[in-house]
Amino acid sequence: MPLLLLGIASIVFIVSRLTPADPLVQIIGERNLSNPEVVAAAKAQWGLDSPVPVQYVKYMKNLVQGDMGTSFSTRKPVFDDLVDRLPATLELTFTAMVIGLVFGVGLGVLAARNRNRIVDHIARFFALIGSSLPAFWAGLLVLYVFYAKLGWLPGPGRLDPRATEPDRITGFFTIDSLLHGDFSTFRAALAHLILPASVLGWGVVGIVSRLVRASLLDEFSMEYVKVARAMGLRERTVVNSHALRNALLPTITIVAFTFAFLLTGAVLTETVFTWPGVGSYAVNASRSLDFPAIIGVTILGGFAFLMTNLITDIIYAFADPRIRLS
Amino acid sequence: MTSTIEAPPRRRRRRRPPWLRGPALVGLITLVLWVLVALTLPLWSPSDPLDPVADRLLSPSWSHLMGTDALGRDVFIRALWGARISLPVSAIVIVSSVILGTVVGAAAGFFGGWIDAVLMRAVDITMAFPPILLAMAITASLGPGIRNALIAMVLVWWPIYARLLRAQVIAVKQREFVESAHAIGASRWLIVRRYILPMSYTPVLVNATMDFGQVVLLTASLSFIGLGARPPSPEWGAMITEGATNFYQWWIAAAAGIAILLVVLAFNFVGDALRDTFDVKDLGDMKDSGR
Repeated sequence: MPLLLLGIASIVFIVSRLTPADPLVQIIGERNLSNPEVVAAAKAQWGLDSPVPVQYVKYMKNLVQGDMGTSFSTRKPVFDDLVDRLPATLELTFTAMVIGLVFGVGLGVLAARNRNRIVDHIARFFALIGSSLPAFWAGLLVLYVFYAKLGWLPGPGRLDPRATEPDRITGFFTIDSLLHGDFSTFRAALAHLILPASVLGWGVVGIVSRLVRASLLDEFSMEYVKVARAMGLRERTVVNSHALRNALLPTITIVAFTFAFLLTGAVLTETVFTWPGVGSYAVNASRSLDFPAIIGVTILGGFAFLMTNLITDIIYAFADPRIRLS
Repeated sequence: MTSTIEAPPRRRRRRRPPWLRGPALVGLITLVLWVLVALTLPLWSPSDPLDPVADRLLSPSWSHLMGTDALGRDVFIRALWGARISLPVSAIVIVSSVILGTVVGAAAGFFGGWIDAVLMRAVDITMAFPPILLAMAITASLGPGIRNALIAMVLVWWPIYARLLRAQVIAVKQREFVESAHAIGASRWLIVRRYILPMSYTPVLVNATMDFGQVVLLTASLSFIGLGARPPSPEWGAMITEGATNFYQWWIAAAAGIAILLVVLAFNFVGDALRDTFDVKDLGDMKDSGR
C-alpha cells in the first residue's frame, strides 16, 4: 500500500510536468511574460527553475510532510485549501450514501420479493435510470423543477448566500449548527443538502438495489429459507430476519467502491450546485491549469480510494462471523 | 444452487437469444438508429449545427422541436449532431483501451514473473484513482480539447481490460490443449494468438460493451467541465454547459441530457443481456464513470 501511494503521487507528478501548457502564464499573466525579472522570480518561488528530477524529489519530500505546494489561483497552500473544503464534500457524500443505501436496499428487497412482476420492472428501471443519467444534467433538472418552478427547496450552495455559516467545529454545517443549538441554520443546511445528495445518491441506488436483488434471490433458493417458510413464518420475518441478513453481506464490499464512486460524482454535482467542496475545487483548478491544486486533489482521490478499500476489509471481517472467528 | 425442479416446457419453441429480446432489443434498435443518424445526418440535416436559424431562446415548438439556444441555433438538430462527436470518440476510446489492455493483460498473464509484476503494478496504480479525477488531471496537463480528453480517457480506461484478460489468460494457460500445443512445438506467439486469446476475450468484449455507455458519460462530463469539446461544438456535455448558463431555458440542457440518457440506457440494456448470455462477472460495475 505505501508503494501504491508512492505510485499515485509519482504518476500525478509525471502527468503534471509533461504539459506543453505553460503554468507560468497562469501565475503571472500573459503580459508579464516579457519581463525577465518577474519570470525568474515566479519560477524560483514555484520551484519551476530546477530540472524535473530535482522538482520530483523536492515534491515528494514536501508531500510526505503534507506540503502539496501553493495553489496558483488561491495563493494558499493546497493542503489548507483541501482541509478547508473536504468537510463540504464529505457532508454531501455521506448524505448521498445514506440516501443511496436506504433506497437501494428498499428497492432491491421490493424487486426481489416481486420478482418478474411489474413492481420489479419499475424498480429496476428506476435504478437503471439513476446510473445512466448524467449527474450534471440531473442536477440542473431538479434545480429547475424544485427550486425555480415549485420553490419547494432552496437553490445552489450550502446555505443561502446571505446566511452566516456556523462556527467551524467539524465543518459539517448540519452537525455544527446542531452543536450550537441553532435549529434554523440546521434546517437550512439540511434543505440545501437534499437536492445535490439525492442526485448523487440516485446512482448509488442503482448499484445497491441491483446487488441486493440478486443476492436476495440467491438466498431465497436456499434450504434455510424454505425451512423458515415451511415453519409458517410470516414472509416479512423470512425476508427481514433471515434472507436479508445474509444478502446484505456482499453489499458491504460494494459500499467502499460506491463511496469512491460518490467522491467522483461529487466533482460534477458540486459544480452544478456550486457546492464549495473538493470537487468544485478540482474543476476550477483544471480550468485554470492550477497544477499544484490538481495534483493535490488527485492524490486525495487516490488516497480516499485506498482508505475505503481498507475500511471495507475491516468492516467485512466484523460483519462476517466466518472471517471474524477464524 | 437451485433445487427446484422445473417442469419441462410443453412445446419446444426456438427462442431468440436473450440479446434479441425485451429491453436488449429496444436498446439495440436505439443504438442502430443513433448510428444511422450519426452517419447520414449531413445528407438530410435541415440546418447546420453552428448556424443560427431563428430567434434566440425560443421554447420548443413544431418547427424547432427542442427550441433554440442563446445564438438562435436549433437545439434538437444540435443534439443530433452531437452523436457525430460522442459516438466516434467513445468508440475510439473503447477500442484503443481494449487493444492496449489486451496486449498488456496477455503479456502479463502469459509471461508471468517480473513482467507480470511490473505490468500489474502499473494497472493497480492507475486503477487506484477515481477515473474522472485522473482524466481531468491528464487532460488539463495536455491542454483542454476533445483530442486530449480522448487520450486521457484511454490512459484511464485500459487497466480494467488488462486485469480481466490477464485473469482469463492465466486460467486458460493451464488447460491441456495449450500444453499439447507446446508439445507439438508451436511457437509462443502462435499459442497466444491461436489458442489462448480466442478462449479469453469474451469477458473483455462483454465488459467493453457495458462500458461504452460509461465512456459516453465520461466524454460528456469532461466537456461539461470545460476540458473536452469547446462551446461552439454541439457536443452533448458542452451543450449542457450552455444549458446551465441559460438555466431558465431548460430545453437546451434537456436535449443533450436526453440524448446522453438514451445512448447510455441502450448500452446498459444490451450490455446486461450480453452479460447474462455469457455469464460474465460484473467487473464493469467496479469501474465508475464520470457521473
